Amino acid sequence: MSTITVKNLTKAYGKQQVLKGVDFTVEEGKIFALLGSNGAGKTTIINILTTLIPGDGGEANIAGFSVATEAQKIRKAISLTGQFAAVDDMLSARENLQLICDLRHVKNGSSLAAKLLADFGLSDAADRRAATFSGGMRRRLDIAMSLVGSPKIIFLDEPTTGLDPEARNEMWRTIRKLANGGTTILLTTQYLDEADELADRIAVLDGGKIVANGTAAELKRLVPAGIVEMTFTDESAAQKAASALAEFAPKQDGVALTVTSDGSVKGLASLFHKMEAANCEPTEFSQKQPTLDDVFFKLTGKQKAASSDKKVGK
Amino acid sequence: MLRDTWTMAQRSLKHILRSPDTIITVVIMPIAMLLLFVYVFGGAIGHGTGGSYINFITPGIIVMTVVSGIAYAAFRLNMDIQRGIINRFRTMPVAPSSILGGQAASSTLSNLVSSLLVLAVAFAAGFRTSTGLGEWLMFAALLVLFTLALTWMAVFFGLLAKTAEGSGSFSYLLMLLIFISPSFVPTASMTPFLRGFAEHQPLTPIIETMRSLLTSGTAGSSAALAFVWCIGILAAAYSASVIVYKRRSV
Repeated sequence: MSTITVKNLTKAYGKQQVLKGVDFTVEEGKIFALLGSNGAGKTTIINILTTLIPGDGGEANIAGFSVATEAQKIRKAISLTGQFAAVDDMLSARENLQLICDLRHVKNGSSLAAKLLADFGLSDAADRRAATFSGGMRRRLDIAMSLVGSPKIIFLDEPTTGLDPEARNEMWRTIRKLANGGTTILLTTQYLDEADELADRIAVLDGGKIVANGTAAELKRLVPAGIVEMTFTDESAAQKAASALAEFAPKQDGVALTVTSDGSVKGLASLFHKMEAANCEPTEFSQKQPTLDDVFFKLTGKQKAASSDKKVGK
Repeated sequence: MLRDTWTMAQRSLKHILRSPDTIITVVIMPIAMLLLFVYVFGGAIGHGTGGSYINFITPGIIVMTVVSGIAYAAFRLNMDIQRGIINRFRTMPVAPSSILGGQAASSTLSNLVSSLLVLAVAFAAGFRTSTGLGEWLMFAALLVLFTLALTWMAVFFGLLAKTAEGSGSFSYLLMLLIFISPSFVPTASMTPFLRGFAEHQPLTPIIETMRSLLTSGTAGSSAALAFVWCIGILAAAYSASVIVYKRRSV
Protein backbone atom coordinates (compact mmCIF):
# COMPACT_ATOMS: atom_id res chain seq x y z
CA MET A 1 0.00 0.00 0.00
CA SER A 2 1.40 3.39 -0.86
CA THR A 3 1.54 5.83 2.02
CA ILE A 4 2.93 8.77 0.03
CA THR A 5 1.35 9.69 -3.29
CA VAL A 6 2.56 12.68 -5.26
CA LYS A 7 0.79 13.65 -8.48
CA ASN A 8 1.90 16.35 -10.90
CA LEU A 9 3.27 18.51 -8.09
CA THR A 10 4.44 21.97 -9.16
CA LYS A 11 6.04 24.86 -7.32
CA ALA A 12 7.53 28.15 -8.44
CA TYR A 13 9.40 30.80 -6.49
CA GLY A 14 8.64 33.96 -8.41
CA LYS A 15 9.57 33.17 -12.01
CA GLN A 16 11.71 30.19 -11.10
CA GLN A 17 9.78 27.00 -11.77
CA VAL A 18 11.39 24.71 -9.19
CA LEU A 19 9.07 21.71 -9.58
CA LYS A 20 7.65 21.04 -13.02
CA GLY A 21 5.18 18.24 -12.36
CA VAL A 22 6.59 15.63 -10.00
CA ASP A 23 4.98 12.18 -9.68
CA PHE A 24 5.94 9.31 -7.42
CA THR A 25 4.58 6.97 -4.78
CA VAL A 26 6.20 5.43 -1.74
CA GLU A 27 5.12 2.08 -0.35
CA GLU A 28 4.57 1.64 3.35
CA GLY A 29 7.64 0.50 5.28
CA LYS A 30 10.04 1.13 2.39
CA ILE A 31 13.01 3.41 1.98
CA PHE A 32 12.59 5.80 -0.93
CA ALA A 33 15.45 7.99 -2.10
CA LEU A 34 15.11 11.23 -4.03
CA LEU A 35 18.40 11.54 -5.81
CA GLY A 36 19.49 14.80 -7.36
CA SER A 37 22.22 17.37 -7.45
CA ASN A 38 22.03 20.70 -5.60
CA GLY A 39 19.14 22.81 -6.82
CA ALA A 40 17.24 19.90 -8.36
CA GLY A 41 14.25 20.62 -6.12
CA LYS A 42 14.69 17.93 -3.45
CA THR A 43 14.25 20.20 -0.44
CA THR A 44 11.25 21.90 -2.04
CA ILE A 45 9.52 18.52 -2.34
CA ILE A 46 10.33 17.70 1.29
CA ASN A 47 9.04 21.11 2.44
CA ILE A 48 5.74 20.62 0.62
CA LEU A 49 5.25 17.05 1.84
CA THR A 50 6.01 18.00 5.46
CA THR A 51 3.40 20.82 5.33
CA LEU A 52 5.96 23.64 5.63
CA ILE A 53 5.04 25.30 2.36
CA PRO A 54 2.09 24.88 0.02
CA GLY A 55 2.56 23.54 -3.49
CA ASP A 56 1.23 25.50 -6.47
CA GLY A 57 -0.41 22.70 -8.39
CA GLY A 58 -0.96 18.96 -8.37
CA GLU A 59 -1.66 16.97 -5.24
CA ALA A 60 0.10 15.06 -2.55
CA ASN A 61 -1.28 12.62 -0.02
CA ILE A 62 0.55 11.51 3.10
CA ALA A 63 -0.82 8.65 5.21
CA GLY A 64 -4.16 9.13 3.51
CA PHE A 65 -4.40 12.87 4.12
CA SER A 66 -4.08 15.74 1.67
CA VAL A 67 -1.20 18.16 2.29
CA ALA A 68 -3.37 21.00 1.04
CA THR A 69 -6.29 20.56 3.43
CA GLU A 70 -5.32 18.19 6.25
CA ALA A 71 -1.90 19.45 7.36
CA GLN A 72 -2.52 19.01 11.07
CA LYS A 73 -3.51 15.34 10.60
CA ILE A 74 -0.38 14.72 8.54
CA ARG A 75 1.78 16.28 11.25
CA LYS A 76 0.63 13.55 13.65
CA ALA A 77 1.94 10.88 11.26
CA ILE A 78 5.26 12.35 10.17
CA SER A 79 8.48 13.82 11.38
CA LEU A 80 11.14 15.81 9.58
CA THR A 81 14.87 15.78 10.05
CA GLY A 82 16.10 18.73 8.07
CA GLN A 83 19.42 19.38 6.37
CA PHE A 84 20.91 20.91 9.49
CA ALA A 85 20.47 19.35 12.90
CA ALA A 86 17.60 21.32 14.43
CA VAL A 87 18.48 20.81 18.08
CA ASP A 88 18.22 23.41 20.80
CA ASP A 89 21.79 24.32 21.76
CA MET A 90 20.79 25.87 25.05
CA LEU A 91 19.12 22.70 26.26
CA SER A 92 20.72 19.39 27.21
CA ALA A 93 20.13 16.28 25.09
CA ARG A 94 17.61 15.03 27.65
CA GLU A 95 15.76 18.35 27.72
CA ASN A 96 15.64 18.45 23.94
CA LEU A 97 13.94 15.05 23.90
CA GLN A 98 11.67 15.96 26.81
CA LEU A 99 10.60 19.09 24.93
CA ILE A 100 9.49 17.06 21.91
CA CYS A 101 7.77 14.54 24.23
CA ASP A 102 5.84 17.40 25.85
CA LEU A 103 4.88 18.92 22.51
CA ARG A 104 3.73 15.55 21.15
CA HIS A 105 1.86 14.92 24.42
CA VAL A 106 3.71 11.66 25.06
CA LYS A 107 2.93 10.04 28.38
CA ASN A 108 6.00 8.97 30.38
CA GLY A 109 8.18 11.31 28.37
CA SER A 110 11.11 10.99 30.74
CA SER A 111 11.40 7.23 30.33
CA LEU A 112 11.08 7.52 26.54
CA ALA A 113 13.78 10.18 26.58
CA ALA A 114 16.06 7.91 28.62
CA LYS A 115 15.43 5.02 26.23
CA LEU A 116 16.20 7.11 23.15
CA LEU A 117 19.36 8.50 24.77
CA ALA A 118 20.52 4.93 25.39
CA ASP A 119 19.53 3.77 21.87
CA PHE A 120 21.55 6.55 20.29
CA GLY A 121 24.58 6.25 22.55
CA LEU A 122 23.96 9.60 24.20
CA SER A 123 23.38 8.46 27.80
CA ASP A 124 26.76 9.73 28.97
CA ALA A 125 26.19 13.12 27.37
CA ALA A 126 22.51 13.29 28.34
CA ASP A 127 22.79 16.26 30.63
CA ARG A 128 25.31 18.26 28.64
CA ARG A 129 24.13 21.17 26.54
CA ALA A 130 23.76 20.28 22.87
CA ALA A 131 26.05 23.22 22.04
CA THR A 132 28.99 21.11 23.23
CA PHE A 133 28.16 18.16 20.93
CA SER A 134 30.10 17.02 17.87
CA GLY A 135 28.41 17.00 14.46
CA GLY A 136 27.73 13.26 14.68
CA MET A 137 26.21 13.53 18.16
CA ARG A 138 23.97 16.42 17.07
CA ARG A 139 22.73 14.37 14.14
CA ARG A 140 22.02 11.43 16.45
CA LEU A 141 20.10 13.64 18.84
CA ASP A 142 18.27 15.17 15.89
CA ILE A 143 17.13 11.74 14.68
CA ALA A 144 16.25 10.64 18.22
CA MET A 145 14.01 13.72 18.50
CA SER A 146 12.34 12.75 15.24
CA LEU A 147 11.43 9.34 16.64
CA VAL A 148 9.48 10.68 19.62
CA GLY A 149 5.84 9.72 19.22
CA SER A 150 6.73 6.90 16.77
CA PRO A 151 5.84 8.67 13.51
CA LYS A 152 4.84 6.33 10.69
CA ILE A 153 6.69 8.31 8.06
CA ILE A 154 10.07 9.96 8.49
CA PHE A 155 11.47 12.54 6.10
CA LEU A 156 15.23 12.88 6.06
CA ASP A 157 16.64 15.77 4.06
CA GLU A 158 20.25 14.92 3.17
CA PRO A 159 20.77 12.98 6.41
CA THR A 160 24.48 12.34 5.89
CA THR A 161 25.65 15.61 4.34
CA GLY A 162 28.63 16.86 6.32
CA LEU A 163 29.11 13.66 8.32
CA ASP A 164 32.41 11.76 8.49
CA PRO A 165 32.44 8.19 7.08
CA GLU A 166 31.93 6.58 10.48
CA ALA A 167 28.96 8.76 11.40
CA ARG A 168 27.58 8.15 7.93
CA ASN A 169 27.68 4.38 8.35
CA GLU A 170 26.01 4.75 11.72
CA MET A 171 23.25 6.83 10.12
CA TRP A 172 22.74 4.17 7.45
CA ARG A 173 22.38 1.49 10.12
CA THR A 174 19.81 3.62 11.95
CA ILE A 175 17.81 4.20 8.78
CA ARG A 176 17.76 0.49 7.96
CA LYS A 177 16.70 -0.37 11.50
CA LEU A 178 13.81 2.07 11.28
CA ALA A 179 12.63 0.66 7.97
CA ASN A 180 12.87 -2.88 9.34
CA GLY A 181 10.61 -1.75 12.15
CA GLY A 182 7.96 -0.74 9.60
CA THR A 183 8.62 3.00 9.33
CA THR A 184 8.36 4.52 5.87
CA ILE A 185 11.38 6.62 5.01
CA LEU A 186 11.71 9.27 2.35
CA LEU A 187 15.22 10.59 2.13
CA THR A 188 16.97 12.96 -0.21
CA THR A 189 20.58 12.59 -1.15
CA GLN A 190 23.11 13.76 -3.64
CA TYR A 191 25.24 10.66 -3.05
CA LEU A 192 24.67 7.85 -5.50
CA ASP A 193 26.24 5.23 -3.26
CA GLU A 194 23.89 6.23 -0.45
CA ALA A 195 20.82 5.74 -2.62
CA ASP A 196 22.25 2.47 -3.95
CA GLU A 197 23.06 1.21 -0.47
CA LEU A 198 19.86 2.15 1.34
CA ALA A 199 16.89 2.65 -0.89
CA ASP A 200 14.27 0.17 -2.00
CA ARG A 201 13.36 2.60 -4.75
CA ILE A 202 15.17 5.57 -6.19
CA ALA A 203 13.75 8.52 -8.07
CA VAL A 204 16.22 10.65 -9.98
CA LEU A 205 15.24 14.32 -9.83
CA ASP A 206 16.68 16.73 -12.33
CA GLY A 207 15.60 20.25 -13.18
CA GLY A 208 12.35 19.89 -11.26
CA LYS A 209 11.24 16.61 -12.85
CA ILE A 210 11.61 12.94 -12.02
CA VAL A 211 13.68 11.57 -14.90
CA ALA A 212 13.80 7.97 -13.69
CA ASN A 213 12.18 5.93 -10.95
CA GLY A 214 12.85 2.34 -9.99
CA THR A 215 14.97 -0.03 -7.94
CA ALA A 216 18.74 0.40 -8.18
CA ALA A 217 18.87 -2.69 -10.43
CA GLU A 218 16.14 -1.34 -12.70
CA LEU A 219 17.88 1.98 -13.05
CA LYS A 220 21.17 0.30 -13.89
CA ARG A 221 19.48 -1.50 -16.76
CA LEU A 222 18.88 1.91 -18.35
CA VAL A 223 22.51 2.07 -19.44
CA PRO A 224 24.11 -0.53 -21.73
CA ALA A 225 25.61 -3.45 -19.87
CA GLY A 226 28.03 -4.44 -22.62
CA ILE A 227 31.08 -2.45 -21.61
CA VAL A 228 34.14 -4.72 -21.69
CA GLU A 229 37.49 -3.81 -20.18
CA MET A 230 40.71 -5.48 -21.26
CA THR A 231 44.37 -5.15 -20.39
CA PHE A 232 47.27 -6.17 -22.65
CA THR A 233 50.94 -6.92 -21.99
CA ASP A 234 52.09 -3.88 -23.96
CA GLU A 235 50.78 -0.87 -25.81
CA SER A 236 51.28 -2.22 -29.30
CA ALA A 237 49.17 -5.29 -28.47
CA ALA A 238 46.46 -2.98 -27.18
CA GLN A 239 46.71 -0.88 -30.35
CA LYS A 240 46.45 -3.96 -32.55
CA ALA A 241 43.35 -5.10 -30.69
CA ALA A 242 41.84 -1.61 -30.97
CA SER A 243 42.13 -1.64 -34.76
CA ALA A 244 40.76 -5.18 -34.98
CA LEU A 245 37.74 -4.20 -32.84
CA ALA A 246 37.01 -0.91 -34.61
CA GLU A 247 33.26 -1.62 -34.79
CA PHE A 248 32.99 -1.86 -30.96
CA ALA A 249 33.92 1.78 -30.31
CA PRO A 250 37.32 1.01 -28.77
CA LYS A 251 38.92 3.43 -26.35
CA GLN A 252 42.57 2.80 -25.72
CA ASP A 253 44.51 4.16 -22.77
CA GLY A 254 48.03 2.73 -22.65
CA VAL A 255 47.76 -1.02 -22.13
CA ALA A 256 44.05 -0.76 -21.26
CA LEU A 257 41.28 -1.03 -23.82
CA THR A 258 37.57 -0.49 -23.34
CA VAL A 259 35.03 -1.62 -25.93
CA THR A 260 31.26 -1.53 -25.99
CA SER A 261 29.14 -4.44 -27.17
CA ASP A 262 25.36 -4.61 -27.03
CA GLY A 263 25.60 -6.88 -23.99
CA SER A 264 23.97 -9.89 -25.69
CA VAL A 265 25.60 -13.33 -26.07
CA LYS A 266 25.65 -12.79 -29.84
CA GLY A 267 27.44 -9.49 -29.44
CA LEU A 268 30.04 -11.00 -27.12
CA ALA A 269 30.52 -13.99 -29.44
CA SER A 270 31.21 -11.69 -32.36
CA LEU A 271 33.65 -9.74 -30.18
CA PHE A 272 35.49 -12.95 -29.31
CA HIS A 273 35.59 -14.04 -32.97
CA LYS A 274 37.22 -10.78 -33.98
CA MET A 275 39.76 -11.10 -31.17
CA GLU A 276 40.54 -14.69 -32.09
CA ALA A 277 40.98 -13.80 -35.78
CA ALA A 278 43.38 -10.98 -34.93
CA ASN A 279 45.20 -13.12 -32.38
CA CYS A 280 44.47 -10.77 -29.45
CA GLU A 281 45.36 -12.21 -26.05
CA PRO A 282 44.48 -9.82 -23.21
CA THR A 283 45.94 -10.53 -19.76
CA GLU A 284 42.70 -9.37 -18.15
CA PHE A 285 39.18 -9.40 -19.48
CA SER A 286 36.06 -8.26 -17.64
CA GLN A 287 32.55 -7.14 -18.37
CA LYS A 288 31.79 -3.98 -16.39
CA GLN A 289 28.56 -3.67 -14.40
CA PRO A 290 26.95 -0.27 -14.85
CA THR A 291 26.87 1.84 -11.70
CA LEU A 292 24.26 4.34 -10.60
CA ASP A 293 26.79 6.99 -11.57
CA ASP A 294 26.53 5.87 -15.18
CA VAL A 295 22.75 6.03 -14.95
CA PHE A 296 22.72 9.40 -13.23
CA PHE A 297 25.06 11.05 -15.67
CA LYS A 298 23.31 9.53 -18.63
CA LEU A 299 19.90 10.73 -17.40
CA THR A 300 20.80 14.15 -16.10
CA GLY A 301 23.30 14.86 -18.88
CA LYS A 302 20.49 14.36 -21.36
CA GLN A 303 18.26 16.68 -19.39
CA LYS A 304 20.90 19.36 -19.18
CA ALA A 305 21.09 19.59 -22.96
CA ALA A 306 17.38 20.35 -23.03
CA SER A 307 17.41 22.97 -20.29
CA SER A 308 20.98 24.12 -20.01
CA ASP A 309 20.74 27.32 -17.98
CA LYS A 310 17.56 26.58 -16.11
CA LYS A 311 19.27 25.26 -13.01
CA VAL A 312 17.44 26.79 -10.12
CA GLY A 313 17.95 27.36 -6.43
CA LYS A 314 16.14 25.50 -3.72
CA MET B 1 -3.22 25.15 22.93
CA LEU B 2 -2.45 26.69 26.32
CA ARG B 3 -0.47 23.59 27.22
CA ASP B 4 1.69 23.86 24.09
CA THR B 5 2.14 27.58 24.62
CA TRP B 6 3.31 26.94 28.16
CA THR B 7 5.76 24.25 26.96
CA MET B 8 7.13 26.70 24.40
CA ALA B 9 7.31 29.51 26.95
CA GLN B 10 9.17 27.28 29.42
CA ARG B 11 11.74 26.45 26.78
CA SER B 12 12.23 30.09 25.99
CA LEU B 13 12.48 31.01 29.67
CA LYS B 14 15.24 28.41 30.07
CA HIS B 15 17.10 30.20 27.29
CA ILE B 16 16.78 33.50 29.10
CA LEU B 17 17.81 32.10 32.48
CA ARG B 18 20.77 30.27 30.95
CA SER B 19 22.21 33.31 29.27
CA PRO B 20 22.74 35.59 32.26
CA ASP B 21 24.72 37.93 30.02
CA THR B 22 21.53 38.87 28.17
CA ILE B 23 19.71 39.61 31.43
CA ILE B 24 22.58 41.80 32.59
CA THR B 25 22.78 43.63 29.26
CA VAL B 26 19.05 44.26 29.38
CA VAL B 27 18.99 45.83 32.85
CA ILE B 28 22.47 47.36 32.94
CA MET B 29 21.82 49.94 30.23
CA PRO B 30 18.69 51.49 31.78
CA ILE B 31 20.28 51.38 35.23
CA ALA B 32 23.39 53.12 33.92
CA MET B 33 21.16 55.72 32.24
CA LEU B 34 19.23 56.21 35.45
CA LEU B 35 22.38 56.79 37.50
CA LEU B 36 23.93 58.95 34.79
CA PHE B 37 20.91 61.20 34.50
CA VAL B 38 20.32 61.47 38.23
CA TYR B 39 23.90 61.98 39.41
CA VAL B 40 25.63 63.53 36.38
CA PHE B 41 23.12 65.45 34.25
CA GLY B 42 20.37 65.75 36.83
CA GLY B 43 21.98 68.65 38.69
CA ALA B 44 22.00 70.76 35.56
CA ILE B 45 18.75 69.74 33.82
CA GLY B 46 16.67 68.65 36.76
CA HIS B 47 15.58 72.15 37.77
CA GLY B 48 13.16 72.61 34.90
CA THR B 49 11.20 69.49 35.80
CA GLY B 50 9.79 70.53 39.13
CA GLY B 51 10.23 68.29 42.15
CA SER B 52 12.51 65.28 42.32
CA TYR B 53 14.35 64.54 39.08
CA ILE B 54 14.56 60.81 39.75
CA ASN B 55 10.79 60.69 40.09
CA PHE B 56 10.59 62.51 36.78
CA ILE B 57 12.80 60.11 34.80
CA THR B 58 11.93 56.71 36.32
CA PRO B 59 8.96 56.04 33.97
CA GLY B 60 11.15 56.74 30.92
CA ILE B 61 13.84 54.45 32.31
CA ILE B 62 11.29 51.65 32.69
CA VAL B 63 10.16 52.12 29.11
CA MET B 64 13.83 51.95 28.12
CA THR B 65 14.18 48.65 29.98
CA VAL B 66 11.38 47.12 27.96
CA VAL B 67 12.82 48.46 24.70
CA SER B 68 16.25 46.99 25.39
CA GLY B 69 14.70 43.67 26.46
CA ILE B 70 12.59 43.05 23.38
CA ALA B 71 15.61 43.24 21.07
CA TYR B 72 16.63 39.88 22.54
CA ALA B 73 13.18 38.44 21.88
CA ALA B 74 13.64 39.24 18.20
CA PHE B 75 17.16 37.79 18.30
CA ARG B 76 16.07 34.53 19.93
CA LEU B 77 13.18 34.03 17.52
CA ASN B 78 15.39 34.70 14.53
CA MET B 79 18.03 32.25 15.80
CA ASP B 80 15.33 29.58 16.08
CA ILE B 81 14.37 30.22 12.47
CA GLN B 82 17.98 30.09 11.23
CA ARG B 83 18.64 26.85 13.13
CA GLY B 84 15.57 25.11 11.69
CA ILE B 85 13.93 24.77 15.11
CA ILE B 86 10.82 26.68 14.08
CA ASN B 87 10.47 24.40 11.04
CA ARG B 88 10.78 21.38 13.29
CA PHE B 89 7.90 22.73 15.41
CA ARG B 90 5.89 23.58 12.31
CA THR B 91 5.95 19.97 11.12
CA MET B 92 4.71 18.76 14.50
CA PRO B 93 1.08 18.51 15.64
CA VAL B 94 1.36 21.48 18.01
CA ALA B 95 -1.11 24.35 18.17
CA PRO B 96 0.26 26.75 15.53
CA SER B 97 -0.34 29.78 17.77
CA SER B 98 1.84 28.30 20.51
CA ILE B 99 5.03 28.66 18.46
CA LEU B 100 4.99 32.46 18.45
CA GLY B 101 2.79 32.72 21.53
CA GLY B 102 5.30 30.90 23.72
CA GLN B 103 8.08 33.28 22.73
CA ALA B 104 5.85 36.29 23.28
CA ALA B 105 4.78 35.03 26.72
CA SER B 106 8.33 34.40 27.92
CA SER B 107 9.57 37.71 26.57
CA THR B 108 6.75 39.60 28.28
CA LEU B 109 7.44 37.81 31.54
CA SER B 110 11.18 38.41 31.47
CA ASN B 111 10.74 42.07 30.56
CA LEU B 112 8.43 42.58 33.50
CA VAL B 113 11.04 41.05 35.79
CA SER B 114 13.69 43.38 34.34
CA SER B 115 11.36 46.33 34.85
CA LEU B 116 10.91 45.35 38.50
CA LEU B 117 14.68 45.13 38.93
CA VAL B 118 15.15 48.58 37.47
CA LEU B 119 12.34 49.93 39.65
CA ALA B 120 14.09 48.49 42.69
CA VAL B 121 17.32 50.26 41.73
CA ALA B 122 15.35 53.47 41.26
CA PHE B 123 14.00 53.10 44.78
CA ALA B 124 17.52 52.58 46.09
CA ALA B 125 18.61 55.74 44.27
CA GLY B 126 15.90 57.81 45.90
CA PHE B 127 12.72 57.28 43.86
CA ARG B 128 9.75 57.81 46.16
CA THR B 129 6.02 57.58 45.60
CA SER B 130 2.95 57.71 47.74
CA THR B 131 0.58 56.52 45.07
CA GLY B 132 -2.31 54.24 46.00
CA LEU B 133 -2.95 50.57 45.19
CA GLY B 134 -5.41 51.43 42.43
CA GLU B 135 -2.84 53.56 40.64
CA TRP B 136 -0.18 50.87 41.07
CA LEU B 137 -2.51 48.32 39.50
CA MET B 138 -3.28 50.64 36.63
CA PHE B 139 0.44 51.29 36.19
CA ALA B 140 1.06 47.52 36.13
CA ALA B 141 -1.73 47.04 33.57
CA LEU B 142 -0.26 49.72 31.31
CA LEU B 143 3.23 48.26 31.66
CA VAL B 144 2.03 44.74 30.80
CA LEU B 145 0.08 46.00 27.81
CA PHE B 146 3.01 48.09 26.61
CA THR B 147 5.44 45.18 27.02
CA LEU B 148 3.08 42.86 25.17
CA ALA B 149 2.73 45.35 22.32
CA LEU B 150 6.49 45.80 21.95
CA THR B 151 7.08 42.05 22.27
CA TRP B 152 4.82 41.39 19.30
CA MET B 153 6.65 44.12 17.45
CA ALA B 154 9.84 42.20 18.25
CA VAL B 155 8.24 38.96 16.99
CA PHE B 156 7.39 40.73 13.75
CA PHE B 157 10.96 41.96 13.22
CA GLY B 158 12.38 38.62 14.35
CA LEU B 159 10.33 36.88 11.65
CA LEU B 160 11.25 39.42 9.00
CA ALA B 161 14.99 39.78 9.61
CA LYS B 162 17.45 38.02 7.33
CA THR B 163 20.02 37.58 10.10
CA ALA B 164 19.78 37.22 13.87
CA GLU B 165 22.19 40.11 14.32
CA GLY B 166 19.98 42.45 12.31
CA SER B 167 16.75 41.37 13.98
CA GLY B 168 17.08 43.70 16.98
CA SER B 169 18.01 46.86 15.11
CA PHE B 170 14.46 48.25 15.22
CA SER B 171 14.97 48.78 18.95
CA TYR B 172 17.54 51.53 18.25
CA LEU B 173 14.80 53.53 16.62
CA LEU B 174 12.61 53.05 19.68
CA MET B 175 15.55 54.13 21.87
CA LEU B 176 15.70 57.36 19.88
CA LEU B 177 11.97 57.86 20.41
CA ILE B 178 12.53 57.67 24.17
CA PHE B 179 14.98 60.57 23.98
CA ILE B 180 12.64 62.63 21.80
CA SER B 181 9.89 62.38 24.40
CA PRO B 182 9.33 63.96 27.81
CA SER B 183 11.33 61.10 29.42
CA PHE B 184 14.33 63.13 30.50
CA VAL B 185 13.47 66.74 29.76
CA PRO B 186 10.10 68.52 29.42
CA THR B 187 9.08 68.91 25.78
CA ALA B 188 8.72 72.66 26.34
CA SER B 189 12.52 72.98 26.25
CA MET B 190 12.82 71.41 22.76
CA THR B 191 12.99 73.23 19.40
CA PRO B 192 9.50 73.76 17.94
CA PHE B 193 9.77 71.04 15.28
CA LEU B 194 11.01 68.35 17.67
CA ARG B 195 8.55 69.52 20.26
CA GLY B 196 5.65 68.94 17.87
CA PHE B 197 6.99 65.48 17.13
CA ALA B 198 7.67 64.65 20.78
CA GLU B 199 4.18 65.68 21.84
CA HIS B 200 2.48 63.46 19.27
CA GLN B 201 4.57 60.32 19.18
CA PRO B 202 3.11 57.21 20.88
CA LEU B 203 5.65 56.88 23.68
CA THR B 204 4.80 60.31 25.07
CA PRO B 205 1.29 59.59 26.42
CA ILE B 206 2.52 56.22 27.72
CA ILE B 207 5.42 57.77 29.62
CA GLU B 208 3.31 60.67 30.87
CA THR B 209 0.57 58.37 32.11
CA MET B 210 3.11 56.17 33.91
CA ARG B 211 4.65 59.26 35.49
CA SER B 212 1.29 60.64 36.50
CA LEU B 213 0.24 57.32 38.06
CA LEU B 214 3.48 56.95 39.97
CA THR B 215 4.04 60.50 41.15
CA SER B 216 0.81 62.46 41.32
CA GLY B 217 -1.47 59.53 42.10
CA THR B 218 -3.86 60.19 39.21
CA ALA B 219 -4.07 58.71 35.74
CA GLY B 220 -3.68 62.11 34.12
CA SER B 221 -5.10 63.47 30.90
CA SER B 222 -3.30 61.19 28.43
CA ALA B 223 -4.24 57.83 30.02
CA ALA B 224 -6.90 56.97 27.44
CA LEU B 225 -4.53 57.84 24.61
CA ALA B 226 -1.76 55.73 26.20
CA PHE B 227 -3.99 52.65 26.35
CA VAL B 228 -5.28 53.24 22.81
CA TRP B 229 -1.71 53.42 21.47
CA CYS B 230 -0.71 50.21 23.27
CA ILE B 231 -3.75 48.31 22.07
CA GLY B 232 -3.30 49.68 18.54
CA ILE B 233 0.38 48.71 18.37
CA LEU B 234 -0.41 45.30 19.84
CA ALA B 235 -3.19 44.62 17.33
CA ALA B 236 -1.10 45.80 14.36
CA ALA B 237 2.07 43.96 15.41
CA TYR B 238 0.18 40.77 16.20
CA SER B 239 -1.70 40.71 12.89
CA ALA B 240 1.42 41.57 10.91
CA SER B 241 3.36 38.81 12.68
CA VAL B 242 0.70 36.20 11.95
CA ILE B 243 0.62 37.19 8.27
CA VAL B 244 4.42 37.09 7.93
CA TYR B 245 4.58 33.80 9.82
CA LYS B 246 2.04 32.13 7.56
CA ARG B 247 3.72 33.42 4.43
CA ARG B 248 7.27 32.77 5.48
CA SER B 249 8.49 30.00 3.22
CA VAL B 250 11.65 28.24 4.28
